[in-house]
Amino acid sequence: MNWFTKTFSSTVGRKIIMSITGLFLCSFLVVHLIGNLQLFKNDGGEAFNVYSHFMGTNPIIRTMEIVLLLGFVFHIYDALVLTRRNKAARPVGYVNNHPEENSTWSSRNMGLLGTVILVFLIIHLWNFFVPARFGGLEPIVVENVEYDNLYIKVVQSFQIWWYVLIYVIAMVALAYHLIHGFQSAFQTLGLDHKKYTPFIQKFGVAFSIIVCLGFAIIPLYFFFLV
Amino acid sequence: MAGSNPNAKPMDLTLKVWRQKDKNATGQMVTYPIKGISPDMSFLEMLDVLNEDLLRKGEDPVAFDHDCREGICGMCSLFINGRPHGPERGTTTCQLHMRHFKDGDTITIEPWRAAAFPVHKDLVVDRSAFDRIQQAGGYVSVNTGGVPDANAIPIPKSIADKAFDAATCIGCGACVAACKNASAMLFVSAKVSQLAMLPQGKTERKTRVENMVAQMDIEGFGACTNTGACAAECPVGISLENINMLRSEFIYAKATSENM
Amino acid sequence: MILDSKLPEGPLAEKWDKHKFDVKLVNPANKRKYDIIVVGTGLAGASAAASFGELGYNVKAFCFQDSPRRAHSIAAQGGINAAKNYQNDGDSVFRLFYDTIKGGDYRAREANVYRLAQVSVNIIDQCVAQGVPFAREYGGLLANRSFGGAQVSRTFYARGQTGQQLLLGAYSALNRQIAYGKVKMYPRTEMLDLVLVDGKARGIVVRNLITGKIESHSAHAVVLATGGYGNVFYLSTNAMGSNATAAWRAHKKGALFANPCFTQIHPTCIPVSGDYQSKLTLMSESLRNDGRVWVPKTVEIAERLRRGEITVNDIAEADRDYYLERKYPAFGNLVPRDVASRNAKLVCDEGRGVGASGLAVYLDFADAIKRDGQAAIAAKYGNLFEMYAKITDENPYERPMRIYPAVHYTMGGLWVDYNLMTNVPGLYAAGEANFSDHGANRLGASALMQGLADGYFVLPYTIGDYLAKTPYDKVPVDHPAFKEAEQNVISVNNKLLSINGNRTVDDFHKALGQIMWEYCGMARNAEGLQFAKQEIRKLRDEFWRDVKVVGVNEELNITLEKANRVADFLELGELMVDDALNRNESCGGHFREEYQTPENEALRDDENYAYVAAWEFTGVGNEPRLHKEDLKFENVKLTQRSYK
Repeated sequence: MNWFTKTFSSTVGRKIIMSITGLFLCSFLVVHLIGNLQLFKNDGGEAFNVYSHFMGTNPIIRTMEIVLLLGFVFHIYDALVLTRRNKAARPVGYVNNHPEENSTWSSRNMGLLGTVILVFLIIHLWNFFVPARFGGLEPIVVENVEYDNLYIKVVQSFQIWWYVLIYVIAMVALAYHLIHGFQSAFQTLGLDHKKYTPFIQKFGVAFSIIVCLGFAIIPLYFFFLV
Repeated sequence: MAGSNPNAKPMDLTLKVWRQKDKNATGQMVTYPIKGISPDMSFLEMLDVLNEDLLRKGEDPVAFDHDCREGICGMCSLFINGRPHGPERGTTTCQLHMRHFKDGDTITIEPWRAAAFPVHKDLVVDRSAFDRIQQAGGYVSVNTGGVPDANAIPIPKSIADKAFDAATCIGCGACVAACKNASAMLFVSAKVSQLAMLPQGKTERKTRVENMVAQMDIEGFGACTNTGACAAECPVGISLENINMLRSEFIYAKATSENM
Repeated sequence: MILDSKLPEGPLAEKWDKHKFDVKLVNPANKRKYDIIVVGTGLAGASAAASFGELGYNVKAFCFQDSPRRAHSIAAQGGINAAKNYQNDGDSVFRLFYDTIKGGDYRAREANVYRLAQVSVNIIDQCVAQGVPFAREYGGLLANRSFGGAQVSRTFYARGQTGQQLLLGAYSALNRQIAYGKVKMYPRTEMLDLVLVDGKARGIVVRNLITGKIESHSAHAVVLATGGYGNVFYLSTNAMGSNATAAWRAHKKGALFANPCFTQIHPTCIPVSGDYQSKLTLMSESLRNDGRVWVPKTVEIAERLRRGEITVNDIAEADRDYYLERKYPAFGNLVPRDVASRNAKLVCDEGRGVGASGLAVYLDFADAIKRDGQAAIAAKYGNLFEMYAKITDENPYERPMRIYPAVHYTMGGLWVDYNLMTNVPGLYAAGEANFSDHGANRLGASALMQGLADGYFVLPYTIGDYLAKTPYDKVPVDHPAFKEAEQNVISVNNKLLSINGNRTVDDFHKALGQIMWEYCGMARNAEGLQFAKQEIRKLRDEFWRDVKVVGVNEELNITLEKANRVADFLELGELMVDDALNRNESCGGHFREEYQTPENEALRDDENYAYVAAWEFTGVGNEPRLHKEDLKFENVKLTQRSYK
């Protein structure tokens, strides 16, 4: 192994990858959420469909899509490797254990939360991304240009109560994942200073709640108000 | 006698203790009732009483590690009622007193659990992995003699104090025992940051962190996921800041060291 | 046998330098041809093993704990002395030497003590270079405090954990040599016999404490750095595992044991609370810098206090007797340990002791808190106050601490010459295990100094002198001498395992401790000592008839380990009594009630007892043979110690 692979296959190195990819995925959440705000424009989905067309065709975005995919892949791959390692590090468990006395629930259950998010992600991609990218959506004409009507797909999907429920549950899981993950990522990068760390921690909690609330409002909005 | 609370009533307790004959044997929890425990006893003195009872009956006493019984040598361990070193924060098992338990309580006592800490017998585990990590770089390479005068390098008091805080680690392994991943990061980071802060340790800071982390991984400890359980359970209050300092040292070392 | 202390000629201040020049050197290329065994990894053992490794010798180091970092040096709290004179307050090598000789009540060798004071300055340099985080001033330079009755501030410290920090420093140096392969470490391994070949120490027999396997290790020299024997008293501030087995078994193989009756009783320990008690906890002597020691003025008030009719805070200032300040106005609460301890016993014997048992005195911080504020006191002693509160469930910020003397350190140990070699060629003793530097009483912050002096700066020179004269050939471990020693160890273990009696090892240990504390403790007299001797013999006979050891040798067997140690204590205890009986004077930690001044101070007899009593083993139950090494004082004048 050379120094590079050695660095990133150590436990500390793998966590660095998880933290960098994690923070990158956080930035994706922001972009995704801002884009999705078009859904609230009262224009029958026009702006949203134009926006989603742009996202699906712009070469920069398409490149970033690959980077994003890699971000997910590395984040998930290292999570799996580390989880396996961590399980192996304690082959015999305790008969009586009270971890709640020394750590938060979310910090101990990042894997579980991540799995919930992954399952959600598959459902979400299958429902929206796959038809948008590979065809299957109804066409709609805006200013003489034909677009895929992703908007109507959104509206239809969020009429189903259990589908909305899945989204809400997933966003709660994501919030917990981020509440621990956001500030943890900074720690993992060794960024710790008594001047800034308290702010990062508070910002992390606020970020997690606002972003996840933002995403959760969309299905609820369409279910109850549209 | 001269105890703080002469009226404290003796307690009757039920102990559930992990018994395991040797490294290769399968162990199990065994229940022992124990009577007349004074609240002024230390936890280990309570186990002494149990062992004297067992011996008189001709049974094998429970093996557990202990030595100074002053909370400084780091030899005592024990996972008591689901917590390393028991329910009191900032306290080693040897300094835990029975006044923190109630008459009629059931107390579970288990060894530290980690692949890197195999059980020797009963509650005694092998912590030699910690020594090997220290051997990988937990030192300043100076030979005896031929060193400068002690006052030749002034060190700001605030830094000396912080280095001291990291240096107080007693190497008991409670951090590993508490961590859901059985990670040794708090232990390793305490030494890395102590020496990284001090001018004496700067010369070797890159190889030190690289080698100690590598050895930590070889020993089979888990990865740190920042749950904070280690610092919460550390009997001497080693702080999480040390782990973060280890990481910045690690990143700096990996990015800039000459080691391939 | 003539005891040759091998003291170098010449003026005191030049002896060590001259000696270093006179000793033979081993060629660097030849050092790797020599093997050295070091038993014990406390300050002395770890520093010696590391230094030997650095020089190029092959070292095997042994400790019974699970890691060398656990050795009981770690528990030393207060600090380490060094004649640096960083404080410009009049300290010097000669003053440290003088204080140590005087503090030891003139029962130590001048040359050894002077060397100790000389190398003390190097120790601090060494430890700082290793990264030991000593306390510092705001300017970044090292801080000092006055400690244990010294009139200068020469004590370096790391909060209340100096021993821990120094040991971890030595441990790190040891680790470096382990990593280089120059030291092979054997933790959880206990030495059970010394092996002599042609009268020279050539190896040891050990038991692997996990598997029970009995193994031999051969070398060209053996260093014992196995600590003191305070646990002969059962209750002491020593660690539970601290034992005298290695030193005692070397003694049985011919090494002389010197001044065994010199035991230090530390004045500031937490009092005994019940008969389940397994050990005593020391509260650093530094507490006496700010705490005031007192008991009620009258027996009547003390009795009412013990019955719980009044509390400590009800006692008026006028009814408090600050007896140390009253009797010793110059030193006050900072008198040496033996004086402070004896006076605590005196007031308790008068019936003025406090606590339910009446075996305690107060150490009061009320004035200091009033003067400096609680925060300042907490900054200095916070961890000690916390420890006190944890053990006693009392808040020392609100009520005075209760303290009582407890066995803490043993000045006696294996007899060694100036080179730290015992009378057995090739067998060295370092740190608390030897008798060399503290005379009849050790001053505070001097144990750490001596351990590191021996390991870092004395043995590395002197052992070369011996090895340079030793052929390279190794003795194989199947040599008959090894086989015989192994057989001996095995048969003792088998004997212990086969008795299957009714009393536990701890039972015997407690009984021995009671005899020792009662008759050979803080105050001794001939009648009591003679009685104790008979009692110990009876107890020892009973031990070998009625002890209960369960299990087998081939396992982790905690009772078998303990039984071996207690068996040795039962023999050593008798020798301590013999030594105390022989020494018809009072000096330092040895107080014979028959020999005291009208003011109850120790009355030395320099004419007849200014010697080291080195005892030769002649068989269990036989009278040991006394060898005397006369002490010559050429640089200090012997005076009655006075702290008034």
